[in-house]
Amino acid sequence: MTSLPESTESKLGLVIDLDICVGCHACAVNCKEWNTSGYHAPLTDVDPYGADPSGVWFNRIHTYEVESASGDSQTVYFPRSCLHCEDAPCVTVCPTGASYKRTEDGIVLVDEDWCIGCKLCSWSCPYGAREYDAQEGVMKKCTLCIDKIYNENLPEESRQPACVSTCPANARHFGDLGDPSSEVSQMVKARGGYDLMPEQATKPVNKYLPPRARQTELANISNNAKLEDASPEGGFLGWLDKVLSD
Amino acid sequence: MDGAHQPINKSPIVADKVDTTTCYMCACRCGIKVHLLDGKIRYIEGNPDHPVNKGVLCAKGSAGIMQHYSPARLSKPLRRIGERGSGEFKEIEWGEALDIATSWLASVRATDPKRLAFFTGRDQSQALTGWWAQQFGMPNYSAHGGFCSVNMAAGGIYTFGSAFWEFSEPDWDNTKYFLMFGVAEDHDSNPIKIGLSKLKGRGAKYVSVNPVQTGYSAIADEWVGITPGTDGLFVMSLMHELLRAGKVDVDYLTRYTNAPYLVIENPGGADHGLFVRDDDGQELCWDRVRNQAEPFKDPDLKPAMKGMFELPDGRKARPVFELLAERYLDNQYSPEVVAYQTGIDADTIRRIAAEIADVAFEQEITIDQPWTDWRGEQHDKMIGRPVSMHAMRGISAHSNGFHTCRAIHLLQILIGSIDVPGGLRYKAPYPKGFNSLPKPTGRPGEIQPNNPLPGPHLGFVQGPEDLLLDDDGQPMRIDKAFSWDAPMAAHGMMHSVITNAWKGDPYKIDVLFMYMANMAWNSSMNTAETIKMLTDRDEDTGEYKIPQIIYSDAFYSETVPYADLILPDTTYLERWDCISLLDRPISDAEGAADAIRHPVVEPDRDVRAFQDVLIDLGGRLGLPGLIKEGGRRRYPEGYKDYIANHERQPGLGNLAGFRGKDGSDKGKGEPNPDQLDKYIENGCYWYDEIPHEAVYYRHANQAYLEYATSMGFIKDPSPIIFNLYSEPQQKFKLAAQGHGDHVPPDEHKDRIEQHFDPLPIWYEPFDQAAVDGNEFPLHALTQRPAAMYHSWGSQNAWLRQIHGTNRLYIPASLAERHDIQDEDWVYLSSRSGKIKVRVAVMNGVNSKTVWTWNAIGKRSGAWNLDEDVKESTEGFLLNNLIDDCLPANNHDYRYSNSDPVTGQAAWFDVRVKIEKAPPEEQTASAQSEPRFDPLKQPPTMPDRPGVMGYTVKQGGNKK
Repeated sequence: MTSLPESTESKLGLVIDLDICVGCHACAVNCKEWNTSGYHAPLTDVDPYGADPSGVWFNRIHTYEVESASGDSQTVYFPRSCLHCEDAPCVTVCPTGASYKRTEDGIVLVDEDWCIGCKLCSWSCPYGAREYDAQEGVMKKCTLCIDKIYNENLPEESRQPACVSTCPANARHFGDLGDPSSEVSQMVKARGGYDLMPEQATKPVNKYLPPRARQTELANISNNAKLEDASPEGGFLGWLDKVLSD
Repeated sequence: MDGAHQPINKSPIVADKVDTTTCYMCACRCGIKVHLLDGKIRYIEGNPDHPVNKGVLCAKGSAGIMQHYSPARLSKPLRRIGERGSGEFKEIEWGEALDIATSWLASVRATDPKRLAFFTGRDQSQALTGWWAQQFGMPNYSAHGGFCSVNMAAGGIYTFGSAFWEFSEPDWDNTKYFLMFGVAEDHDSNPIKIGLSKLKGRGAKYVSVNPVQTGYSAIADEWVGITPGTDGLFVMSLMHELLRAGKVDVDYLTRYTNAPYLVIENPGGADHGLFVRDDDGQELCWDRVRNQAEPFKDPDLKPAMKGMFELPDGRKARPVFELLAERYLDNQYSPEVVAYQTGIDADTIRRIAAEIADVAFEQEITIDQPWTDWRGEQHDKMIGRPVSMHAMRGISAHSNGFHTCRAIHLLQILIGSIDVPGGLRYKAPYPKGFNSLPKPTGRPGEIQPNNPLPGPHLGFVQGPEDLLLDDDGQPMRIDKAFSWDAPMAAHGMMHSVITNAWKGDPYKIDVLFMYMANMAWNSSMNTAETIKMLTDRDEDTGEYKIPQIIYSDAFYSETVPYADLILPDTTYLERWDCISLLDRPISDAEGAADAIRHPVVEPDRDVRAFQDVLIDLGGRLGLPGLIKEGGRRRYPEGYKDYIANHERQPGLGNLAGFRGKDGSDKGKGEPNPDQLDKYIENGCYWYDEIPHEAVYYRHANQAYLEYATSMGFIKDPSPIIFNLYSEPQQKFKLAAQGHGDHVPPDEHKDRIEQHFDPLPIWYEPFDQAAVDGNEFPLHALTQRPAAMYHSWGSQNAWLRQIHGTNRLYIPASLAERHDIQDEDWVYLSSRSGKIKVRVAVMNGVNSKTVWTWNAIGKRSGAWNLDEDVKESTEGFLLNNLIDDCLPANNHDYRYSNSDPVTGQAAWFDVRVKIEKAPPEEQTASAQSEPRFDPLKQPPTMPDRPGVMGYTVKQGGNKK
């Protein structure tokens, strides 16, 4: 079994804002595009032009209908990828040490050279965030774009995970969640960012920001607000006279 | 233990070359950076400097690699050898293909140019295709706007000289209340997502009016699940409330709109409802101080907004505003009355009106920016009413969409929120007054063999005298645009071309020439019937009723097998293009912009960019603009040559940036031989920031009007006065009542009289009114999925893993009534068709509405997919339920299933009923219906890989 580092120098991860995710799949596809030529290359697609296409995706978007606080139906989009947990069961369950958490930045990685494709890690992950590449017989997963975020061949502004830099709604943020003063930590604090399935005690680094309360009515306009008549006596045109005579 | 792992290469070489260009995976036209390694595409990302997307890229754009390397790409010109639809082709060389096309086209041009119909689909090169068609001289040209969103374009242009989407955008940084009507995850996809994110971050309220609660509607503060086709009633009810309460901006209306214009009150007379004008043609208002009619443009005017006035000649007249107020204050628009039809309770309508009023008038914002209006009056600040709106397909695709669109603009104008801080902002080169824009060309004398058309095909009619009719009053155009069938069909009516050509109504054609439009599948209503028309033969001659079909497409789409000659196009990464201000602009509210595409990879197949082919054909045909004296080619280097060197007028060309000999001019200037290099150096776009004093109130802002004139956007710095009251509408109404020299034939009179109105009206959508609502109780809609919107097909290996099939989404209450569960098979029927589809049950949908994703269903054998893919076995098109014509009227005539004003295809008017398929059909092997025979593949389609491990990598960090 593989051990986890006692602590990591930083806790790099994602903050995903469910308030503004429109479920457009941009993050999922741009991730696929970057990573199919990245650390885990390729992200194999089986039967890509056939009846049952399936491929390796590090990030998948799910759609749910939930009941909102007011009892109305609410559509929620939920992007799902590796949460780079502090107590990552996928690491401790790994029989070969292929699955490991980096001391430098907390990124959970799979070393394909060590991976025997036993899938224990995917069974142990409560989030279903691991992707088995049957063609290559190894487990693959989100690397937080480790070959992009530090890449000195890219301009500074591009050194973000692909899902973050491409998100059109700015619903994904990247940073050090171990640093309470970082932008992402501040965002989590301000918006009530939460751990996914905390009862699993995995201590995920990634956080989700809940949908903000919907403004079904404006603060100063009550639900049964009704505009007053402009000029109860002379009607609208009477009011117009007044306006024009001012 | 991690110390033992192989060190990770954290800085692998990503690319040996990074090229910028413009995305073409949808109509957004985002800037992209294409990372290339050893000539292969490694990665495509958004260009952070680009004005459209500012670095972001959607799912489609990110899947560009798969589109580019798709095995569905055509690889060589094809000549049909089997029956149409058989898919039997032989490959031919380009020389032969061009010879054939030239001979067909030359023959038509020399004899009867109208026997060519040239219609392009979702192309972005109308600055070329429209001009080329003009040089050819046939009347029959348009792009796809008629089946897309012409209601939005025409409704906007006729009202405030602009329109939603490309011509305007909400003031995302300042608006406090945003109402969005009928927008799925499409139309301006990335800018809308960027904008919604800003809105929500600032705590602005966002209300989505849409029968379906997905995508953008999912994150709305308030979702108003309106009944389809009733948005006009809802908006008029909001106007009713605002007028009743006096929550309108009278000062704004007086200054910038035709609200004070005097309208002649002479019921039954030929001038009833027209504006009062002086001898110079100036519109007059009643000056309440001088107590006489004065021109609107008089700087000292104090206009009356109500009252009946007698003119010196004895005629009576009333201001527009009084007519408007009377119309919408009528009880028929009260919230109580419209609640049932719209499905929105009266309290909600009243509250939304109160919210709009509160934000507009109690939360106004001011920007300390002095400006001067066109009358010369100086303003020390810019006042904003921070309510903005956006609308698209859900408004457009109804037969009452033109008026509904106008109603939304009227609502914005009444509260004074057009081009003010926080409101809806123009994008250059708009605004342009409708009466400054070209009128359509193609009258009888204007169509001559071997001669160009004297003006553009498409334009804005100002009255019945501008229609394109022959001497018998019959349509000049094959699509019947600009005829009594659809007088204001500003984008043409591509959706009626095949039907009309097949019928020979108004005439037969010889050649149908199309580009990038899947008319034998998802771009036509009534797909199965359209296929029959394309394959139907004349009983007497044995020839196909549409004798010759030329089609250009990059992929093996469902339409390819129905053409006789195929001109294979390149992908978007292999071509030159210009995103021109002469076509559909990509400007934003702060600046004018245009862009180019250039080849970042060379084609590895024997294909040519359609635009290059068009220029080549133009040279072969000797079209006037395409050859020089002596017959030499004017643009020997093809499309890129045309992009840089063509001048529409002296100094005005395809691209506004880097003009002049040394590239220092903008807007207007001599062609620059190095212009395209300059664009490439600049990231393949050009952006010119609009001066600060000119960024709001542009319709009336002297600084802007002068800037726009200097740039060549408008002809002169005249203001654009908002047309609350649309006089051209009244001219058509009067014609239908028998007034004037251009009177519609009897069979069209009622329709024109009832559906043209100078103030927006609401009527029940036609196809809905044509059926018994008890028999067909449901509305049926389509939406574009965000990840597939305008993806020009589903051959994309990655995107089809996201949307590989479609379901019919039905409301839970309906499912319960019919005992239908998720994944059940049902029959859905309309008056004209029946389909068998698979269901998904949801809550967030209007209770009388069912819907599905558009264009996911594919025909078996197309797109180089396996024959048994789910796109074919389970996927389906709603198109098979939508008749392209309305039922015959009492003159035994069938109108196109379109808006009577603009000819916009009424995709969303269809009414349906649902029934659960019997138990014996609820099997694992059940398939959607109707079934179409699998298409045969052309000679050399590449093998489809069974396993694909696409990767472009150098050195590497492992193995």
